[in-house]
Amino acid sequence: MSWQIINQSLPIFAKAFQLTIWLSAVGIILSIVVGIFCSLIQYFKVPILSQLITAYVELARNTPLLIQLFFLYYAFPVIGLKMSAQTCGIIGLVFLGGAYMAEGFTGGFAGVSSTQIDDGKALGMNNLQLARYVVFPQGFALSMPALTANIIFLIKETSIFSVIAIPELTNTALDLIGMYYRTNEYLLILVIAYAIILIPIILLLTYLERKVRYGTFGD
Amino acid sequence: MAHSAINVFFSGNNFSRILQGLWTSVWIAGVSLVIGLVLGTFLGVLRTLPNKIIRFILRLYLEFFRIVPTIVLLFLFYYILPRSFHINWPASWMAVLAFALWVAAEFSDIVRGAIESVPIAQKESGLALGLSKVQLFRYVLLPQAVQLELPATINLATRVIKTTSLLMMISIMDVIAIGQQIIEANNQKYPTAVFWIYGLIFFLYFIIDYPLSVWSKRLAARQDR
Repeated sequence: MSWQIINQSLPIFAKAFQLTIWLSAVGIILSIVVGIFCSLIQYFKVPILSQLITAYVELARNTPLLIQLFFLYYAFPVIGLKMSAQTCGIIGLVFLGGAYMAEGFTGGFAGVSSTQIDDGKALGMNNLQLARYVVFPQGFALSMPALTANIIFLIKETSIFSVIAIPELTNTALDLIGMYYRTNEYLLILVIAYAIILIPIILLLTYLERKVRYGTFGD
Repeated sequence: MAHSAINVFFSGNNFSRILQGLWTSVWIAGVSLVIGLVLGTFLGVLRTLPNKIIRFILRLYLEFFRIVPTIVLLFLFYYILPRSFHINWPASWMAVLAFALWVAAEFSDIVRGAIESVPIAQKESGLALGLSKVQLFRYVLLPQAVQLELPATINLATRVIKTTSLLMMISIMDVIAIGQQIIEANNQKYPTAVFWIYGLIFFLYFIIDYPLSVWSKRLAARQDR
């Protein structure tokens, strides 16, 4: 273990650290958007679309991100669709994350008591209003535990971006190991970097989970 | 064009090599799961005991495996064990060790949750019948916990199977590494081979994992009723 090696590589890791955070943030936000959209369509059983979404969710959840990324990055150019590594990374992460989020929200929405829906209908709400004012606010609170698990999962999955040479944390560490063979130092920094990102997020989300648990009615 | 490239599956022994690679992934997943579930049950039972120090240490163990991405875990075992501890196993056994310890961590939490959610009356009735602590776990708590934890366990298995896609990162000849070799070898003759090979591997993972996740969902739905 040499402090000099660690010190020298810190600026490189700082850059990778930012990239991991940036890719995670974009990926998670888009995944949540996709997830909410898909789960609302499934909730209201929109014909055809909801079957398509079920197929998408099953495909994305039952295959590894690595092969999804390989497909996007290496196989798509063959049929004339060439994208940068980072674009592939984000698309892959959102393809996977959107499905996990959809599953989580669907579970949460299913927990909204049916009397709440009936009351909404009795008040003359249409589906859009039901979604906006009844299902979503209550279902969201119920999906918090799944949301938390998915956010942590997706941040960790960005490590797989290293296979398509996106210079995020894991890729940077592997690159440095390949060049200088200082495995102990670089792997230590790598683990600490993930801990710095994940521990505050885990604590924050667990806190939020406790806060929003009050927001349900009609049981 | 496209329909000729599908021949890449059948030229030479490509198809049997892919299945061979798949077998590597499957046995590593299987062995890690067996070891991990046994160790995890043991750790999970320990976590329900009142000893605070043991519980704290096992909690740290769990959180470590939760925070470190699996790909990093593989590298930790692959690089550090041979150098710092002079353990020179083949890469596939390093992977089994890393996966088994990861499974044990996750499963210990599933077991703990399941044991704690067995109704308290069951535990008290057992004690009232004069069962010892060991008998209580063996005949009352664990059999009921197994029922409760089955859906989460199957889910964990699907995750382990998906994670075997990372094995190529520590130079194990898994299904993806073999796929890459076939693509490189056939690049001239079948330029679209990459599409078909990765497509096939995507599909193979799906047909292994999908039935398992359907099964797990059914079991979970039955328990909710």
